[in-house]
Amino acid sequence: MTHIPPHTPVAAPAPHSAPADAPMLRRPAMPADPPRAVVRVTQPDLMRRAILDKTRGRLVIAAFGFATLFGAVALKLAMATVIHPAEPRRAVALSRPPAPPAEAPVARATVTDRNGEILAVSLPLTALYANPRQIENAPEAADRLRRVLPELDRERLIQRLSGERQFAYIARALTPRQVAQVNTLGIPGLYFEEAERRFFPQGRTAAHIIGGVDVDGNGIAGVERSFDQRLRAQPNERLRLSLDIRVQLALREAVQRAIDEFNGIGGAGVVMDVNTGEVLSMVSLPDYDANDVGAATNDQRFNRVTVGVYEPGSTFKLLTASMALENGLQPWQGYDASRPISVGRFTINDYRGKGRWLALPEILAYSSNLASAHMAAAVGVNRHRDFLQRMGMTARLRIEIPETALPLVPSQRTWRELNTMTIGFGHGISVTPLHVATAGATIANGGILRQPTILAVPPGTQREGTRVISERTSEIMRRMMRLVVTDGSGRGADVPGYFVGGKTGTAQKTGPRGGYLENKRIAAFIGAFPMYAPRYAVYVMVDEPKPNARSHGFATAGWVAAPAAGMVISRIAPILGMLPEPVTPEITRAITMPMNGRGIPGYNPPAAAPATRPAAPARPSGQPAAAAPQREASLVPR
Amino acid sequence: MAFSRADTSVLGRWWWTVDRWTLGALLILIGFGYVMMLAASPAVAERIGASSRHMFFIKQVAYLAMAALLMVSVSLLSVRGVRRLALLGFTAALVLTAATLVVGVEIKGARRWLPIPALSLQPSEFLKPFFAVVAAWLIAEGKAPGSKVWGATIALVLYLTIAAILKGQPDIGMLIVISAVFFAQFFVAGMNLFLVGAVGGIGVAGAVAAYFMFPHVQSRVQRFLDPSSGDSYQVSVALEAFANGGLLGRGPGEGRVKNVLPDAHADFVFAVAAEEYGMVLCLVIIALFAYVVVRGLMRLLGESDLFVMLAGTGLLTQFGLQAFVNMGSTLHLIPTKGMTLPFVSYGGSSVLAIAIGMGMLLALTRRRTGTRAGEDADPAAPAVPAGGLR
Repeated sequence: MTHIPPHTPVAAPAPHSAPADAPMLRRPAMPADPPRAVVRVTQPDLMRRAILDKTRGRLVIAAFGFATLFGAVALKLAMATVIHPAEPRRAVALSRPPAPPAEAPVARATVTDRNGEILAVSLPLTALYANPRQIENAPEAADRLRRVLPELDRERLIQRLSGERQFAYIARALTPRQVAQVNTLGIPGLYFEEAERRFFPQGRTAAHIIGGVDVDGNGIAGVERSFDQRLRAQPNERLRLSLDIRVQLALREAVQRAIDEFNGIGGAGVVMDVNTGEVLSMVSLPDYDANDVGAATNDQRFNRVTVGVYEPGSTFKLLTASMALENGLQPWQGYDASRPISVGRFTINDYRGKGRWLALPEILAYSSNLASAHMAAAVGVNRHRDFLQRMGMTARLRIEIPETALPLVPSQRTWRELNTMTIGFGHGISVTPLHVATAGATIANGGILRQPTILAVPPGTQREGTRVISERTSEIMRRMMRLVVTDGSGRGADVPGYFVGGKTGTAQKTGPRGGYLENKRIAAFIGAFPMYAPRYAVYVMVDEPKPNARSHGFATAGWVAAPAAGMVISRIAPILGMLPEPVTPEITRAITMPMNGRGIPGYNPPAAAPATRPAAPARPSGQPAAAAPQREASLVPR
Repeated sequence: MAFSRADTSVLGRWWWTVDRWTLGALLILIGFGYVMMLAASPAVAERIGASSRHMFFIKQVAYLAMAALLMVSVSLLSVRGVRRLALLGFTAALVLTAATLVVGVEIKGARRWLPIPALSLQPSEFLKPFFAVVAAWLIAEGKAPGSKVWGATIALVLYLTIAAILKGQPDIGMLIVISAVFFAQFFVAGMNLFLVGAVGGIGVAGAVAAYFMFPHVQSRVQRFLDPSSGDSYQVSVALEAFANGGLLGRGPGEGRVKNVLPDAHADFVFAVAAEEYGMVLCLVIIALFAYVVVRGLMRLLGESDLFVMLAGTGLLTQFGLQAFVNMGSTLHLIPTKGMTLPFVSYGGSSVLAIAIGMGMLLALTRRRTGTRAGEDADPAAPAVPAGGLR
């Protein structure tokens, strides 16, 4: 379009023509209409030069233009990189993982004991994984990696680093130092992943309660399993358990000591708040490290407190006595224990029995099987079964861990009088130690059954419970429990100033075929303290204790479990804020009881007994009604 | 290279006549292309699930090697050889470009590629340099005193043909480059300023019309003016990459933007370079482009052949404009327009076409023995009547 017709006369050269073209400047100015002869030679040349001049001018402009454009780019580059850089949100998020904030955002909530001590916590960790498709030389990469992580198996590592997969975990938990070292190796195809791992800082101390998690952080046992949903759903809300780790430690140590001393194969212990049902401590030995559930044996994983069912033995006499009191028996009444009971091919006898009629306090203090059997039989099969049902002894406990067991109880059809008699002294029924502890707490707390709980009960809230025995029965029972410790088989459990009460229980273990095993026992103690206003129930059990010299050849609960319970109480009572109380007349009046059951302060004390008493509960088969008066007299001096 | 001054072999003559500084700058750019592919392409290859992480890289290394070879080979040509090559190449490229409308493969809604085994060819890339040379020849021919060829008119007809084809593909970006180059050539050829203004006005009017006619143009401009108004993801991420890079960069391989930007190896390779190597290296890249373009244009001042000047202008404008648009888009200096960064971005057709273009430039600007301003040793040069200066 700017085509210049060849014959157009050329005007004067552009005034701004490039100075570089020196020859042109030397030429004379062209006349506007030069003669043709001259023009024919010079005009094309001049035109060409004029065009070139113009072109040169334009080239300079273009060069300036481009210089400006690139200058602008350079300026913008400086702005974008150094002078006014953009907020590198995405780039930074991509370039490195955010530094863990103070409270690391983890996917699983922390579990603490009642005082906030951490029992289980998820910590952010770095996992190492590989993209095998990006690894050029798997054996070489494996060898280099093993320089930093020598615990990895070479063959397995090579296998994981090769193949067509795009993802393979190499290590699940690296320390920051290891991360830096792996990074320094500079092996392409290795990547880090932010992961988290569950830690149990208390190790084995409360392993059975906490349970554990699998490699992917799913709860597989204990609280971790039963609260799996809750721990995930509210990862920032700590789950506070009723457990007190200090009590747990003391209980575990005491039980362990008793096991060691008597060569037991295991043991169990429970400390429970009698008024709320909160489990402050629950020990099952042997135990395992919750951080390494995989390494635990079945025996270690077995929670003797909630899954182990054992014949409770004499500790069950507390239930029998409570039941009898509920059914009208008076504390000064009793039963004959002079002759063995024979039912069919079975014979019931006493262990080191007194061989005479015993008043109710004596029955417990001397732990008479015969009298207890009579007592239970006097109440009757149906009422006995109903009572045990009300006491929760026939059902699974509703504590919040998945590992619970159903007690072994005769069915309604097979439950005959003989069963009632043996169950009366704790045989022919198997319950968990937690059942026994719950029963002990119920009897001591005034008669209200509360299901044991592992969750902390907020202070000031009253947990729902069922009244199963009367306040009066509970009070008499407390006195008798105290009597067992002061004058009976539980003397080893006494701790001055804490007014411990309780009941021992030694039971023969049953073999796989159902028969009793000789010299395989369960030695247990269930107690509570302080008996004038019980706050805590304590249960200690040793599985298969062997006699030793210090116990003078005995391996019964009085020698094994009661001293262990005493040790527990002496250590945990101060932890729980209880000072030893001096013996005051008020306390003495509140918790003592004579062996003959007479003269309890506040109850009708038939000090000079009328002859009418013992008729009520006696069975036709027993003789106590006739024998009673003389026996009572003979008992008084004790 | 060591050639004696007395060496009269083809290579020897070439060595002493070629513009070695420009050649050096171009080879350095090719080297950067190699480095940037090493940085950016494995991440992209992995993201799109390519069979090998190094797919893009190996391909591009082959292309870059071919490009260097092609550039040097083309620069061996004489001016006449360049013109012949350009005519042949232009014809072939025009036919192939037209063919894309019929047999082209459709990628992302545009038919720009020809399905040739082992590489997908984008013929319009080759059209750019060849048309620049052909148009320069036509304009220069038309401007020659005494010429009866309506060169400019023919050039305009060719241009309109190309424009129609490119609009059909559609490839507006390519059309803009070709238009700008064509305009620059007329401008340098001495188009009168009134016409410059008029064409500029038409250009502005066209841009405004495009803004109102094409919704995607409108949205792109709006996103440029107000990044928060729409999805400006790529540019925001690119700017963060620049910020992340800072003065000296994160270090080789430490860039992250390449993992997220779909075009990290092509249109946004400049951002990858900035993140990994920082402002300093980016300034070097800018300086190299500016050096090649500005030095090339200034060197054209010494030429006396209008064809050489116009062809050089066209080739340099294309080269510089493409670099500017690419870097400007990435830096949010201008609205986003997908364009490759010469030699540095991924793309076989682009690299080879640019190599041919720069080869032709080097060939045209070689010092020709005995020529000075006002003279031309090329017997095929049409401008000067044989007896003119006798």
